[in-house]
Amino acid sequence: MDEKTPVEPEHSVPEVVTVEDVTIRFAGDSGDGMQLTGAQFSDTIASYGNDLGTLPDYPAEIRAPAGSLYGVSGYTIHFSSHEIYTTGDQVDVLVAMNPAALKVNLKDIKKNGIIIVNSDSFERKNLELAGYAENPLKDGSLSGYSVHSIPITKSTLETLKELNLPLKTAQKCKNFFALGVIYWLYNKSPEITLKWISEKFKKSPELVDANIRVLKAGLFFGETAEIFDTRYEVKPAELPKGTYRNLNGNEAVALGLVAAAKKAGVNLFLGSYPITPATEILQFLSGMRNHGVKTFQAEDEIAGIASAIGASFSGSLGITTTSGPGMALKTEAIGLAVMAELPLVVVNVQRGGPSTGLPTKTEQADLLQAVFGRNGECPVAVVAASTPSDCFTMSVEAARLAMKYMTPVILLTDGYIGNGSEPWKVITIEELPEMTAKLNTNPEGFHPYNRDENLVRPWVKPGTPGMEHRIGGLEKQHIYGNISYDPDNHEFMVKTREQKIQNIANDIPELEVVGDKSGKLLVLGWGSTFGAITSAVENQIAKGNKVSAAHLKYLYPMPKNTLEVLKNFDTILIPEVNTGQLAKLIRMNYLVGAVQFNKVKGTPFKAFEIEEKIEEVLKGLGGKK
Amino acid sequence: MSEKAEVKYTAKDYSSGIDVRWCPGCGDFSILAQVQRSFPQLVGVEKEKIVFISGIGCSSRFPYYMNTYGFHTIHGRAAAIASGVKTANPDLSVWMATGDGDCLSIGGNHFVHLLRRNIDINVLLFNNRIYGLTKGQNSPTSEHGKVTKSTPLGNIEYPVNPIAMAIGVEGTFIARAMDVDTKHLQALIQRAHQHKGTSFIEILQNCVIFNDGAFDNYTLKAHREDRVVYLEHGQPMVFGKEKDKAIKLDGFTPVLIDLKDGKHSVNDALVYNEKSKELAYIISQFSDNSAMPLPVGVFVDLDYSTFEDDMTNQIAEAKKKYGEGDINSLLRGKSSWEIN
Ligand SMILES: Cc1ncc(C[n+]2csc(CCOP(=O)(O)OP(=O)(O)O)c2C)c(N)n1
Ligand code: SF4
Ligand SMILES: [Mg+2]
Repeated sequence: MDEKTPVEPEHSVPEVVTVEDVTIRFAGDSGDGMQLTGAQFSDTIASYGNDLGTLPDYPAEIRAPAGSLYGVSGYTIHFSSHEIYTTGDQVDVLVAMNPAALKVNLKDIKKNGIIIVNSDSFERKNLELAGYAENPLKDGSLSGYSVHSIPITKSTLETLKELNLPLKTAQKCKNFFALGVIYWLYNKSPEITLKWISEKFKKSPELVDANIRVLKAGLFFGETAEIFDTRYEVKPAELPKGTYRNLNGNEAVALGLVAAAKKAGVNLFLGSYPITPATEILQFLSGMRNHGVKTFQAEDEIAGIASAIGASFSGSLGITTTSGPGMALKTEAIGLAVMAELPLVVVNVQRGGPSTGLPTKTEQADLLQAVFGRNGECPVAVVAASTPSDCFTMSVEAARLAMKYMTPVILLTDGYIGNGSEPWKVITIEELPEMTAKLNTNPEGFHPYNRDENLVRPWVKPGTPGMEHRIGGLEKQHIYGNISYDPDNHEFMVKTREQKIQNIANDIPELEVVGDKSGKLLVLGWGSTFGAITSAVENQIAKGNKVSAAHLKYLYPMPKNTLEVLKNFDTILIPEVNTGQLAKLIRMNYLVGAVQFNKVKGTPFKAFEIEEKIEEVLKGLGGKK
Repeated sequence: MSEKAEVKYTAKDYSSGIDVRWCPGCGDFSILAQVQRSFPQLVGVEKEKIVFISGIGCSSRFPYYMNTYGFHTIHGRAAAIASGVKTANPDLSVWMATGDGDCLSIGGNHFVHLLRRNIDINVLLFNNRIYGLTKGQNSPTSEHGKVTKSTPLGNIEYPVNPIAMAIGVEGTFIARAMDVDTKHLQALIQRAHQHKGTSFIEILQNCVIFNDGAFDNYTLKAHREDRVVYLEHGQPMVFGKEKDKAIKLDGFTPVLIDLKDGKHSVNDALVYNEKSKELAYIISQFSDNSAMPLPVGVFVDLDYSTFEDDMTNQIAEAKKKYGEGDINSLLRGKSSWEIN
């Protein structure tokens, strides 16, 4: 790793302290380039072999008024020399580009944590905008922290003086100064960012020059200003050998679906309508034309799913991606796909609801909607991803099940893992589970609602001679598929459609338990609570407490051994970012009591919150089941 | 045409053979018959390439009666579903059967966007100016003042003019036919098929049960020729049993002229031009204007690239520019690293 050792210090040599794990947050105005800065830092960290998790957090407004509290944009990177599951409970280092960024994030900073501020922005106007009566840098209110005031704007402008850039352009480079300081503080080479800058601003060499100068100035500042007496080192994590990349959940969904379609040998068609936080999936897939992906930005969510159903009817894998309010619009069409028994993947990147709710905040409150939210007896398979990279695995699963069982599959992710990223051990298409699009071309004995041993009807691509047939949303006659109003046939078909979905339980992994297989307490989760639950339970086990964890990735149907797992524990604790939706399902399905632990604040659980709850439950103070 | 020799099918081949369940005398029967009669002439289109998509309504039962691929979907969404079918599988000949409520009310949004995208789908709008399947409520094409089950004191909404609407949203093939003029309807079905891009035919369809005689004023044999003008590209707009009436354009204002009054001749008549959206719009305004004849035929037939062709081309271009997508390098991404 020699080539990655940063610039050799020439002056005083601050002590280098090795730490296990660090959480850094870059925060500033939404125009300050904090997302970019954070992404650069995380790419660099990843290349050093640390495990990491990142979480962007940005305002709903595109360009909220500069300096305002609600215009603060942040990017958190948690990295470590061991495996980690969350984006960090508390922040070790906050880089605050203005007073508002300090004010909004102060509550998350660890006691004695490091605060690096751009002191140039702590002037009257910005202090007022942030609601500070006094300058917090001067009034002693930050005495519990290690505060480093750096004139980031002035230093940036000074660095660029001789380039004679327009003032605004020069000021825009200041995020790289901050990044340079952090690279120095964490002993990292700026190599990746230097490359990135050269590529990104290829067309304007003066910007390449300017940004590189500022980045280096930040590094030199760290070295020469002697305001830090310690540097930190986080040793690489012992991750399994292989090729890694950084992946956020939305990108993972896009990749998973493309890969699954390719594996199955079908074309992929996406019908979608932009909605935060799912839009990125549409954008990623729109850029994959050379992979033959067809994307259709529909006039609304109904047309998004309807076009996907049409594509599936015509022999492609139809998928649609959305978030809460869009999901509500799709329900009637999901019913059609259930009746027509066509493959379809519906991705819901959940956000705070109801209605427009909290567009940029995370929530897990669409579980019951996914399982039940349609007219009639309308079963669909429901799966959920638990981490950003698991979005890849579960979107592949959703596609596999949709094609194998000729059914809509709802994949639940959420804003937290959709936007959050982590290293993913790259896999190749050869390593994906086997799947085929069984397009039937044999007219011999063909009937549209004839079923195989799994109760699955045949998929026929229009254009296949001799197999012309009609399907639709009206009740179907068993086997022949003609319209049927026969009462016995209807009941039979209702039960058959349900049984077909239940058969999926034979085709999915069993529910695994982390820790002892039986005992006092099982923490049961689903979706994006995985990281916080896993960290909490591992910490508790390390403390000697008897607690286990299990995580449901298949919500409908659930793994066959679910009841067996639950029965082995005295208490089931279910943390959810909703008011208790999985808890309801568990009680309903298995007549098993559950202690709920709910949080509906638009933010994910922190591991310590779950730990506290675990300790409370272990003391017998869990609250009602 | 010499291609006649290739005709492989008869009308019967297109019949699925199941009982047709419309009310006796319903105009839908005629439309079904004209489709089945004209389809054998869709030269070069194998029967298995044909797909009928419909929404919900009496008219939307149509696919069940056709021995082709068919999908009877949900109310209003046929256009969106058909868009997915054709975009995903451009080899298919995609047809859509829809009612005035299905297409213009609940499905109005999708209809608008289908036309502007110009996906090669042939839309047959069965306009009976009423909700048939739900038993007689007013529809978006019902006349102002009309008494229906849901407007017992008269309809206080104004109707949409489907032709003008289609022009307004950039339709590239827009036509009107009547269920009772079988030959003309057949000819328009052929034209719709030949047009590349979305083809829209508004078919005036009699609902014998809930809106009987809605179009009698124009369509009855006894006076049809005197009250209906057949648009023909490059031909003067002359009509009447005796070919004695014509339309003349006075600035932007169309006027009715009498070719027997000694003051006008056929040379004064407006020569119809289906390449002119402006003209089409002016003529579309004759609908519900009792002083004017009802225009039927092709209002516009314009040449634009289709959505699905543009999509196919983009895919080909992208493959040329970036190479045939390699899935494993896509999975690896642009900045991966090794852990050894
Ligand atoms: C979502 C939904 N809303 C309402 C209905 C009830 N419905 C069925 S057909 C119809 C109107 C049909 O009128 P039109 O489209 O003109 O077709 P027609 O029966 O006249 O051919 C309505 C309101 C439905 N099936 N689905
Ligand atoms: S109700 Fe009207 S439109 Fe429907 S089948 Fe009967 S006659 Fe035809
Ligand atoms: Mg109608």
